[in-house]
Amino acid sequence: MTFQVNTEGDVTVIAVEGQLIVGNRQELKQTVLDALEAGSRKFLIDFAGTGYIDSSGLGVLVSLSKKIREHGGELRLANLNDDLRSLFELTKLDTLFQISKSREEAQASF
Amino acid sequence: MTDASPPQDHRAPGHETGVDFRAELPPDVDRIPALLEEIVARARAAGFPHGRLRLNLRVGVCEALSNAMQHGQTEGRAPIRVEASFSSARIEVRIADRGGGFDPGDLPDPTLPENLARPGGRGVFLIRKLMDEVEYNDVGNSLRMVLLAGGPAGEAG
Repeated sequence: MTFQVNTEGDVTVIAVEGQLIVGNRQELKQTVLDALEAGSRKFLIDFAGTGYIDSSGLGVLVSLSKKIREHGGELRLANLNDDLRSLFELTKLDTLFQISKSREEAQASF
Repeated sequence: MTDASPPQDHRAPGHETGVDFRAELPPDVDRIPALLEEIVARARAAGFPHGRLRLNLRVGVCEALSNAMQHGQTEGRAPIRVEASFSSARIEVRIADRGGGFDPGDLPDPTLPENLARPGGRGVFLIRKLMDEVEYNDVGNSLRMVLLAGGPAGEAG
């Protein structure tokens, strides 16, 4: 997995490329922590490039969500494919996260 | 390294499930993606309907492997053993580690409100949701998972 980090306005946008699964989470965590330290409070994770995720990938998103909230920030997830949506629904994590169909919809929701 | 055994001809009475694929992996989670793709490719080649391979098989096996690698370890980094059989109607995957096991019946429900914000605890839950048959041995260090072309038994088409 790789990811690209950009700033769009005051939103830190992280575009994930590849599968968010066990073994490749630490860098993503650190990126968000660094951005929080730098003062960013709005985060958007774009999953257009992600085919699947496992429970540890879901776990890192849960941890990040908590960290961001502790800093008074907000997190949006965007562009989940049907498989990713299924996983969020199965685990009821669709009730914990704000999930948007697109980046634009996510941006507008902040 | 993988050992791609040819399909076994087990025609002895009562012996219905052959082993089409065997592998032993070191407990290195970076090895998981390649093994998943190989298992999915073999399932496709066997003619299993594609619809549930991408999510159910891939994530179910991923969870089982990462559990075995992360929780099923002894001091010596014992390898994880994987066996699988494939047909157009049925996929069976068996994963065994040499750890001390656990009680899969003693896991909290991760979908309960009080557990939703926990970072962990969803692996076995997902295996049970995504695979049609899931069976652990008594110790809890060996798992048999089955995916059926027609979906879980008893479910209307």
